[in-house]
Amino acid sequence: MTDAASPITTAKAPAGLLGRLEGSWSWIALGLVGLLLPLLDDSYFGVIAQRAYIYWILSAGLNLVVGYAGQIAIGWVAMLTLGAYTTAALAAGRVGGVEWHPYLALIAGGAMGAVFGVIVGLPALRLRTFYFAMTTLGFATIVTQVALAWKDVTGGGVGTPGPVFPWPFEPGWGFYYFCFILAALATWITANIGSSRYGRALVAIRDAEVAAEASGIAKPKLLILVFLLAGGLGGIAGGLFSSLQSYITPDAFTFEMSVLFFIGILIGGRGSILGPLLGTIILTVLPEFAAPLVQWSTFLYAALLLVIVLVIPGGIADLLDYKNRRPLEQHREIVPRPELLSRVLDANGEPSAIRLTGIALHFGGVRAIDGLDLEIRSGEVHGLIGPNGSGKTTTLNVISGYYRPNTGTMKLNSADLPFDKPHARAHYRIARTFQTPRLVGAASVLENVMIGGTVRGHGTFAESMLSLPRHHRDEKQLKDAAMQALATVGLESLANARADRLQHSELRFMEIARGLMLRPAFLLLDEPAAGLSAEEIRRLGALIKAISREGTGVLLVEHHADLIFDICDRVTVLNLGKVLAAGTPAEIRSHREVVSAYLGA
Amino acid sequence: MFVSIVSYGLAVGAVYALIGITYNVMFSASRVFSFTAGMLGMLGGVLGALFINKMGMNAVLAFMLVLACGAAMGIVTEILTVRPVLKSIEQHLYVLSTLAFALMIQQVTAIEYNTEPQPFPVLFPIDPNSWLGIVDQKFWLPVLACIVTILGLEFLYRRTLIGRAFLAIAEDSYAARALGLPETRLRMASYAIAGVIGALAGFTGAQMLLAFIGNQAILNFYGFVPVALGGMGSNRGAVIGGIALGLFQQAANFLVGGIFASVAVFAVFIVVLLLRPEGLAGAATARRV
Repeated sequence: MTDAASPITTAKAPAGLLGRLEGSWSWIALGLVGLLLPLLDDSYFGVIAQRAYIYWILSAGLNLVVGYAGQIAIGWVAMLTLGAYTTAALAAGRVGGVEWHPYLALIAGGAMGAVFGVIVGLPALRLRTFYFAMTTLGFATIVTQVALAWKDVTGGGVGTPGPVFPWPFEPGWGFYYFCFILAALATWITANIGSSRYGRALVAIRDAEVAAEASGIAKPKLLILVFLLAGGLGGIAGGLFSSLQSYITPDAFTFEMSVLFFIGILIGGRGSILGPLLGTIILTVLPEFAAPLVQWSTFLYAALLLVIVLVIPGGIADLLDYKNRRPLEQHREIVPRPELLSRVLDANGEPSAIRLTGIALHFGGVRAIDGLDLEIRSGEVHGLIGPNGSGKTTTLNVISGYYRPNTGTMKLNSADLPFDKPHARAHYRIARTFQTPRLVGAASVLENVMIGGTVRGHGTFAESMLSLPRHHRDEKQLKDAAMQALATVGLESLANARADRLQHSELRFMEIARGLMLRPAFLLLDEPAAGLSAEEIRRLGALIKAISREGTGVLLVEHHADLIFDICDRVTVLNLGKVLAAGTPAEIRSHREVVSAYLGA
Repeated sequence: MFVSIVSYGLAVGAVYALIGITYNVMFSASRVFSFTAGMLGMLGGVLGALFINKMGMNAVLAFMLVLACGAAMGIVTEILTVRPVLKSIEQHLYVLSTLAFALMIQQVTAIEYNTEPQPFPVLFPIDPNSWLGIVDQKFWLPVLACIVTILGLEFLYRRTLIGRAFLAIAEDSYAARALGLPETRLRMASYAIAGVIGALAGFTGAQMLLAFIGNQAILNFYGFVPVALGGMGSNRGAVIGGIALGLFQQAANFLVGGIFASVAVFAVFIVVLLLRPEGLAGAATARRV
């Protein structure tokens, strides 16, 4: 633990070879190749490169949807189709008889993609994975059918000519640079999002949705923004595609292209920008060098997809992640430093309380909670104990908004605390941990903790996209706060380790650190001592006690009676959803029914 | 016109219903929705046309062979794309593995068979212009196949021991394993049955839909719509939903044109699912925390 001064300099924990590649020089190299390619003066290479750029403009946005947010949008080729036809039809004057300026038509294509990106994305907010995959697939099929049938606008099966962009991006190298610049722009803005609190929130939605909600991440709002961006980029890519093809028919937009986009992202690895970029380039270029295989390219893509899914679900990024295969230090000890808490928490909070009155909740015929009164006051540790199935965790879930009780009221001070809104709890500064730690295994410990502070940022999605000053201020603040929270719980030396490499006990402390990021007025702990050694439990107890002494109200659901009686100011005992007893630890310890029912004589 | 709407609608609807049941049989055994359902339907038609038209095989023999191929395909699906990813089902990797496999088969079919729709042989020749035209094979065959399948599944599930074992796996695979049921073998058997049903749908519907690789995507989607709306795992929902979908589509086809029909089906599908994600007849969601 002595090497607490281990370098904590990088915001992300870039890992292994790909991590080093993600360093700026690889971007510079890629940029130089792109800039200097026209010097070869080979129009064949030029066309291939333009296609790769166009595909990447779409894939960059799709990468946020698939790689970051984990939404399996397999029919995204529909955005390419929509953008291509919108741009081509408007520029050719097929709509309303007015020929739009090609650049305006391209913008319209992007807008069309953005609108339909949201429409197609909406089901992802409510539907299960396969349903969403199927709706995107169905949408792609229907867009192609409409393109075939709506002859006035699309030219039907005969097709329609694509726009020709005038100066400065006229056909040839001018258009090449147009595609290059837009691809670079797409890379830049998606990379900005990826490394911002929005990017971390997307990954949290993918891997730990419940924890994301508890951290105040509003999934619908965030996903809609991402679908808007991804749809818009897809539409723009479509507009460029129609110009590159110079003539488009519905046949040009096969479902196989969707698979190509998808595999490019999966090969590269989820949650990376450079990986999917390289994957897309490779998949675009490869068929050009394997002409006899062109016929089989779809088969090979599909086979590749199957192999990736079955053998390396983490993609190339995972394969190359050498750094995280190096063993972590053995015999690690978690030594919390409660004295740092005053800097982590707001000490000046007014005394407040959460009051539950007459809460009852049935699941079918089971009365999980049956008329419960409970008060959690700031500055106190309130223990909640009882046998399995007595309603402890259910109570915690009611308070944190996952369950709506059938009857009863819940107030924070004098105002109603709304039921059913888990993501709203963060704004009341009510934090929680989980019985089974919920974490983003592929992200670093530091990033996991930063997720807890998502709602503390001030910059908007657009500000992060464009890397404006407020975005940088947010990032710095969140990182500092997360490092402090980690130091407080005693995990700062593991800040850059992948979270899924931690021991179970360390994950419990990490979850507490994530909860501290809200500067919680109330902290709800669901069996934090489960799986900890006796010494760790003692340290945990001291930490929890210290947290409450800073003014935070702690609800402690626990089975370890010793811990409860050691640190709690008040204890409520549940049995079959009812309060069996409530009072100070001393009162509870001598309560006859409690002793016989639960503690054992 | 009314007669043709109904006869076409029922026939297409029966094919959708069968594909829906194919989804359901696989889902019950493994909690996995597989993109291979549409592929099985596509293969049923293509293999039928291949065996009878190109290879001149006897129709009954060809039919049996198509069903056997479907069963084999189902087993391969289970071993190759489902079993390896069941351990981490919450990652939904099966969406990608089954899709990849279905695409591979589709591509092989396209290259080795044909990318254009091919005619499917008439097995029960009737003069289409006589009054008997209404009982043309393409209308009654899918409906008959659907009825036989439902009765067969009912018999299997209600009356046989192995059928009850299937139900036990569907209800609670963990408990079923604890009782000593050979879960893996039963799952494989379920996928084989699904393969047979999917191939049956394709074979009986191919006179109408032709032997065409493009049917894969169409059947995948329109076969899934009744499952999603009727509640997953419910064969009754799949049949009612499938028939309703077929009738609606054909009516819209005749009255306002096919594109509108497709768009309308898609719109209804999304709106209903947004309002009731568990389907019109489904149960509420499970505990998350």
